[in-house]
Amino acid sequence: MSVLVLIEHEAGAPKDASLATITAAQQLGEVHALVAGEGAEAKQAAETVAKVAGVAKVLLADDKAYGQMLAENVAPLVAGLMADHDALLCNATSIGKNIAPRVAAMLDVMQVSDVLSIEGSDTFTRPIYAGNAIATVKSSDSKKVMTVRGTAFAKAAASGGSANVESVAGPTDAGLSSFVGQETSKSERPELTSAKVVVSGGRALGSSEDFHKLIDPLADKLGAAVGASRAAVDAGYAPNDYQVGQTGKIVAPEVYVAIGISGAIQHLAGMKDSKVIVAINKDEDAPIFQVADLGLVGDLFQIVPELTQKL
Amino acid sequence: MKVLVPVKRVIDFNVKPRVKLDGSGVDLTNVKMSMNPFDEIAVEEAIRLREKGAASEIVVVSVGPQKAQDTLRTALAMGADRAILIQTDQEVEPLGVAKLLKAVMDEESPGIVLLGKQAIDDDCNQTGQMLAALSGRPQGTFASKVEVKGDTVEVTREVDGGLETVSLALPAIVTTDLRLNEPRYASLPNIMKAKTKPMATKTPGDYGVDIAPRLTTLKVVEPAKRQAGVKLGSVDELVTKLKDLGVAA
Repeated sequence: MSVLVLIEHEAGAPKDASLATITAAQQLGEVHALVAGEGAEAKQAAETVAKVAGVAKVLLADDKAYGQMLAENVAPLVAGLMADHDALLCNATSIGKNIAPRVAAMLDVMQVSDVLSIEGSDTFTRPIYAGNAIATVKSSDSKKVMTVRGTAFAKAAASGGSANVESVAGPTDAGLSSFVGQETSKSERPELTSAKVVVSGGRALGSSEDFHKLIDPLADKLGAAVGASRAAVDAGYAPNDYQVGQTGKIVAPEVYVAIGISGAIQHLAGMKDSKVIVAINKDEDAPIFQVADLGLVGDLFQIVPELTQKL
Repeated sequence: MKVLVPVKRVIDFNVKPRVKLDGSGVDLTNVKMSMNPFDEIAVEEAIRLREKGAASEIVVVSVGPQKAQDTLRTALAMGADRAILIQTDQEVEPLGVAKLLKAVMDEESPGIVLLGKQAIDDDCNQTGQMLAALSGRPQGTFASKVEVKGDTVEVTREVDGGLETVSLALPAIVTTDLRLNEPRYASLPNIMKAKTKPMATKTPGDYGVDIAPRLTTLKVVEPAKRQAGVKLGSVDELVTKLKDLGVAA
């Protein structure tokens, strides 16, 4: 089986989620990695991906139509390449979730979303009901299209491979959409979905000011990424891309520190695969303590500064 | 401009789903059902577009059992103008739903189709993107802001790195994220008024669409449960534990 993996890249390197998707793809067959983008950065990303262990071939699609990964332009490219592939794997990230279903519909394939494990060439497990149930599904489509949960697969080694890079061309700008701008939160901290340690704050922090005053220094001490509950994001204490949960980001770090987070099922769905969960909350009956390995009951406004200071 | 809003009847988001003992699925007997929360946001946004003068008529559509009428009535009570129920007791996958919606689009010619980014039961996050592909129209997924500007719509999207804004040629498909708006509650007079608003009932056969599922669910199980751990007595204990875990110096 030949498997096409849509690579997400930034600054000339594949994102961690794509390395995990490459691992998943290896369980299905020969891995062909598609790097779509524009100019020198895309070229550099293709060369970096060629060195990733387990990649048999890199396809480089360099066109300004692919620079912003607009689904209207990238989906036709991918759908065209699927003539020579049996499966398409994308990351279950905002880019993958945007593009994969568009490709699936163009191919008349029912996509399998957020794959947790590959049980066979046509059988996969995936979470439903916010992770409250895990379904095993079998696809009858001749080609498979799926998005893969990055935290469920180990990252492929960044070196050890020596694939060839082939240039491919696809349709140019579809003329349906254009990129206007972006507001990205720049941070020196590790990326939330691949950080070893995550410190998350909830509504109990009470304000944006206190959120950053308490959470940021602790995260810096632990070399951690910062996350937030939906309640904290909705209240404006933290930006949207901090949100951990069913509809936000799915994280599975070595250590997850939940501060002032009660533990709604939607939040637990995004972090319960963390290796060790630490919870700090003043309500000893908060549901977060039912999943926490280490709990500390008390006032976070006292505990967090003390903890930061003692670390 | 007409706005089409597809809505889905799902388990209420406050209910904790129970997996059936035989592993065949999630038990939905006597469980409270509601409109998918993301679809509620879509209905609200359509009403706001009408209030701003950007939309003239709001048509809501649902694919599901007869009971999905209740979901459509909720949307009518919020302010939608009329409803279409495509009635089926079969479980229809996103690809099938997208094909049906494409057929409705052909009949209704909406300027915008506004729908939830995902349903909270199957968590697929596919229908909007698939509809955009089948209709050959642009998509603005995970929207946190929607602004109609002449014959385009500007959509600010919640993406992994923050926010991204795209401009789409109309007609366009827009899927909603959590922070687009806060849906209104239907007032009692509007609930009464909704009862007399038009609702057409169709079947998938009326549109000549094949909705046979492509995926078979072999089994559904509960995820591995975490055991509650220990409660610590002091910050010092936590510091020691974090050091043992190797995450603190």
